[in-house]
Amino acid sequence: MREQPLPPLQGPIVHDEVIAARAPWHHVVRRGQTLRIVDLEGNQAVDFLMYRLEDEAERYSAQDTIATQGNIFLRTGTVLLSNEGRPMARITATALPHHDTIGGACSCESNTLRYGFHTKAQHACVENFLQAAGAYGLGKRDLVSNINWFMNVPVEPDGALGIVDGISAPGLFVDLRAEMDLIAVISNCPQINNPCNGFDPTPVRAIIAG
Amino acid sequence: MSSSQTADPKSARAHARAMEGTQVEAMPTVPATATRAVPSGVDMQSMLWEETIAGGGYAAKELRRGARLRLVDVHGDACVSMLVFNAERPVERLNMADTVKVQWNAYVGVGSLLLSDMGRALLSVLEDTALTHDTFCGASNAASNARRYGSGDNWGPHPNARDRLALGAAKFGLARRDIHPCMNWFKEVRIASDGSTVLGKGPFAPGRSVTLRTEMDVIVVLANCPHPLDPREQYAVTPVRACAWRGEITAADDSIRNASPEALRAFQNVEEYFRR
Repeated sequence: MREQPLPPLQGPIVHDEVIAARAPWHHVVRRGQTLRIVDLEGNQAVDFLMYRLEDEAERYSAQDTIATQGNIFLRTGTVLLSNEGRPMARITATALPHHDTIGGACSCESNTLRYGFHTKAQHACVENFLQAAGAYGLGKRDLVSNINWFMNVPVEPDGALGIVDGISAPGLFVDLRAEMDLIAVISNCPQINNPCNGFDPTPVRAIIAG
Repeated sequence: MSSSQTADPKSARAHARAMEGTQVEAMPTVPATATRAVPSGVDMQSMLWEETIAGGGYAAKELRRGARLRLVDVHGDACVSMLVFNAERPVERLNMADTVKVQWNAYVGVGSLLLSDMGRALLSVLEDTALTHDTFCGASNAASNARRYGSGDNWGPHPNARDRLALGAAKFGLARRDIHPCMNWFKEVRIASDGSTVLGKGPFAPGRSVTLRTEMDVIVVLANCPHPLDPREQYAVTPVRACAWRGEITAADDSIRNASPEALRAFQNVEEYFRR
């Protein structure tokens, strides 16, 4: 499929990396810098957490973000809040109508509930988060409800909820401008049992500018 | 001053001891077996916990597997944020995202499980006469209470749920980084078709309750503070009564255990954990 042209980023590019399919990634993003994540091949869920660099006990809070904007969907203009209610980052641009923050991260353990005990040994986002966050001395107790860029989780009137076919496409992106110095942590989701990656995990690209 | 009742240690001791027997609304009953409000069908000697938590208050309690925990919205305007940890190994804790995702439903009610981040059932919902709960919006914090009420400090008139949960968790050696996304009981949040959050704030009828069963040995931390979406200018929240009693560990033929393949595997993972 044909890639969309990417709009220019402000400031110098300080980091530009293709994150392999199924891989973890982490990087510091300074206040005022933009982190762009590009869904290179389409419908690739990118599980994302962030921590305040100066005090990692302050970290992304899906619940604060949802309550404060009064909506479960992350869109252009959404302010991503910490557990102390402070802005950590802002979605300054995205080519998607919305991204997810209620679906959480897949884990070996939850896979056994969702799909059966045969999936226990499959690689999962929590494994990636533990490895990436571990680079900063963070561990399991630091994992909280995350963002799933490019993932589609509708809620129906009766409460029915689930990860369904994606709404992303090759070359679609999201730009986050950091409002404080951040540790950004990514799991390029390895899930193969639901449509969050189109049943085929693929690489994504992370660019930091400014 | 000669009129002082506390000028020397013995007088101060007498003054302190004279307070015994004071009754207020928000207090524990000790021992819990002395409660005058034993739930119907429950043996008084099985009572484990009886405490009324003030509006703005908090509590934390360790409960063994098989216990029943009932929360009563005494006056109809409580809002209880709950953390749950595996008491034996608190690095395992409630995971709200897995709770809604694994059960394919956004809302918690009778028959729902609260799931840990290790694929196990921590609590199940046995009874629910409230029907108005929230899985999405979490705890208020110092900043959000300061914006709405002018202050949010633990030592002031408008405590926020996050700082209350931090104190409760601290009593078990847990710290701010252990405060995970929480379950909110008694205030309802529904998701509209455009993704917006719709609050049912009440106040509701007095005496509504939810009864939970502990599926593992757990630490529960409760904070009773106004919901973050509550639009009222006043800090409005009324006491909640928490009571717990001993009960049977979930049996193999339990209807909640067998209600879905996902639930069954969550219980099988619990049973495997306790195979020792």
